[in-house]
Amino acid sequence: MTISPSTMAAVRASGAIPNAEFLLTVEGVRKEFPGVVALDDVQFRLKRGTVHALMGENGAGKSTLMKILAGIYHPDKGEVRLKGQVIRLQSPLDALENGIAMIHQELNLMPFMTVAENIWIRREPLNKWGFVDHREMYRRTAALFERLHISIDPGIEVRQLSVANRQMVEIAKAVSYDSDVLIMDEPTSALTEREVEHLFRIIRDLRAQGIGIVYITHKMNELFEIADEFSVFRDGRYIGTHASKDVTRDDIIRMMVGREITQMFPKEIVPIGDVVLSVKDLCLDGVFRDVSFEVRAGEILGVAGLVGSGRSNVAEALFGVTPASSGTITLNGQQLSINKPSDAIRNHMAFLTEDRKDTGCLLLLSVLDNMQVSILHDNSYVKNGFVEERRVATACTEMAQKLRVKTPNLAEPVQNLSGGNQQKVLIGRWLLINPKVLILDEPTRGIDVGAKAEIHRLVTELARQGVAIIMISSEMPEVLGMSDRIMVMHEGRVTGFVDRADATQVKIMDLAAR
Amino acid sequence: MSANTASTTPSSTKATTKKRLPPEVSILLVLAGIALVYEALGWMFIGQSFLMNSQRLTIMILQVSVIGIISVGVTQVIITGGIDLSSGSVVGMTAMICASFAQSSTWARALYPSLTDLPAIVPILVGLLIGLLVGMVNGWLISFTKIPPFIATLGMMVSARGVSKWYTKGQPVSGLTDSFNFIGTHAWPVVVFLIVAAIFHVALRYTRYGKFTYAIGANVQAARVSGIDVDRHLIKVYAIAGLLSGLAGVVTTARAQTAQAGMGMSYELDAIAAAVIGGTSLNGGVGRITGTVIGTVILGVMMSGFTFLRVDAYYQEIVKGVIIVAAVVTDVYRQKKRTKV
Repeated sequence: MTISPSTMAAVRASGAIPNAEFLLTVEGVRKEFPGVVALDDVQFRLKRGTVHALMGENGAGKSTLMKILAGIYHPDKGEVRLKGQVIRLQSPLDALENGIAMIHQELNLMPFMTVAENIWIRREPLNKWGFVDHREMYRRTAALFERLHISIDPGIEVRQLSVANRQMVEIAKAVSYDSDVLIMDEPTSALTEREVEHLFRIIRDLRAQGIGIVYITHKMNELFEIADEFSVFRDGRYIGTHASKDVTRDDIIRMMVGREITQMFPKEIVPIGDVVLSVKDLCLDGVFRDVSFEVRAGEILGVAGLVGSGRSNVAEALFGVTPASSGTITLNGQQLSINKPSDAIRNHMAFLTEDRKDTGCLLLLSVLDNMQVSILHDNSYVKNGFVEERRVATACTEMAQKLRVKTPNLAEPVQNLSGGNQQKVLIGRWLLINPKVLILDEPTRGIDVGAKAEIHRLVTELARQGVAIIMISSEMPEVLGMSDRIMVMHEGRVTGFVDRADATQVKIMDLAAR
Repeated sequence: MSANTASTTPSSTKATTKKRLPPEVSILLVLAGIALVYEALGWMFIGQSFLMNSQRLTIMILQVSVIGIISVGVTQVIITGGIDLSSGSVVGMTAMICASFAQSSTWARALYPSLTDLPAIVPILVGLLIGLLVGMVNGWLISFTKIPPFIATLGMMVSARGVSKWYTKGQPVSGLTDSFNFIGTHAWPVVVFLIVAAIFHVALRYTRYGKFTYAIGANVQAARVSGIDVDRHLIKVYAIAGLLSGLAGVVTTARAQTAQAGMGMSYELDAIAAAVIGGTSLNGGVGRITGTVIGTVILGVMMSGFTFLRVDAYYQEIVKGVIIVAAVVTDVYRQKKRTKV
């Protein structure tokens, strides 16, 4: 399904002539962030009056491209043309004035202002005294809503609206700029089926009016229902564009995951022991439900799924960060009630969180302070409230050496360390409590290749020592390379388990993108 | 792995103190600088020495030790990323109530005629208990209702001041026993301040309580995930701040040998200023009691110097405001430099 270089060249050659058929063309765009190339030589063309879906795994580059189109990021290389004209967008406002409007996944409305005020903010109609002419503003809003078949009272405060209606207001606001291009980032993620129907009706109307719509989604069925064309991205590269009527679901999945696994993983098959952790029917209202699984001593259970599938929420529930609303958690045959992290820690569970900076590191404090914080609950390190500094320092020093943390000394503020070394410090924090169950959420995100390999070796070693490991990862090669078994989640539910022997990228993507 | 050679001995945690100067040094330099400026101005305009006057220095230290006692508690609150605006009012409230249990039978208008001539320990304990309770209420409000510390303690500031006025309908409480007044005499307020500072310096540096306090201030989410019961810990920290405000109220009363409803007015701001001047970061996670002690002395020297130079009281307040803002600006600048690394 990949496009041959010759066709690619032909496509590119045709793009050199500005074609009125294309509202928006992107050529050879590259965007680098410190340490990662988010987009490399990417192209994209949006036709007038079409809905064009962007597809790809987490981190494929969809969001980066979209943010370039919306003026949030500036490309390092390449050009963006609007109706044949090269444009350099300086800001989101600049994009709006050029007729490109974006509807963000997280809605950007002001809850205590009315619908009309939200739509016309910065462009309020004024009367001859220079005051805001509310009547005119409501009239314009009503006219706009009629055109879009939206029935919302323009005078109501936004906080009183449902998520779906807020979404409609956002769309109306975008349309009110007389935009030629609308960018929608997973607009249906919070909508019910009926609301989705309404949204699609609006999108079809807009399409009929000649507006081009860039539509980002993880949902395969939506693609076939609403998109005319789609482009696939993978690891920051452009893979191909096709009409959605010409392909099947399997074709798209293959395009999305079709990478060769070249990385070698230090995975060893170690004897797998008894069930250590058993989770039954775990639910958190509105987030995930009916999650059941077991992890055995020495086993690495990979957890795959797209962003928003509820993977991290399950981990947070297991650890008591956001306790589950129902279900049972059994550790070594004993049922636990985990309402806060200290309950989990007392039972020798450890949780390396997804976001090192937000929920992991105590950035201002020293490496020692960061490593010791979880063992200070343990009274063998604290006597009468006084920390036994020698013992703690010895334990932390040994751990730092074992994990080969690169730091001048343990008094160094942890914020001066590289991402990989910060991650090792946090892993050290958890290994000091002698975990029986280790939950790793994106353990190698944003760290360099060397540190990544070290962490993979370490995880393997821990499994050999009989620790039960749950590893959440968005990196398909990592999940496939390290796991004994893979649990796949989609929209808050477990959609299947895949054994190491049968695991392929296609199989997992098939379960992850229903 | 030559990079981690320094971490081979347990004592390596102190390695940086050899390399970098402790933050207190720069604050001490500021203190010395201010004192020298006064000294010079003194010789120029008044014809006498600022520093070579032990009486002036004694009065200065006595005056700020009450602020210092409060500031030791407030420093801990600020390290957790919070703030306590109620301390000044708590001083007023404890002053009134504890004084009413410290009255002598020789005083004709005792508030509780049957409770006169009590041993000094009774009013002292009453004062400490009131401070502790107020602090616990602050902590409880912040932990369980999740309202910002600014609002919780602002409410307490207004209400506690109200209690101190209501208690005697605005009348001062006088005629206190000599045994109670004793703790306000000689250098006792300074001794109390230094003991309190020493206790909490040790607590912050060497106990689990201290480590958790810094961890919460550095990153409350990470602290929670690390198993710290943040809610319970915050109640402790605010309770200690309240207790120390209560102690400050007792000492102030003993020093003045009377209690008035307006006592401790705006002490909370001086205490916060002392902590911030001493290097405590309003963003949390950073601060030391040693810095706070020096910050308190700086505040005292500033004010004493103005009086010495016969600067009008109005100007004193204006300059004090500028100093507080300057200290916070320095803090913001320090934060920026830190994150740039």
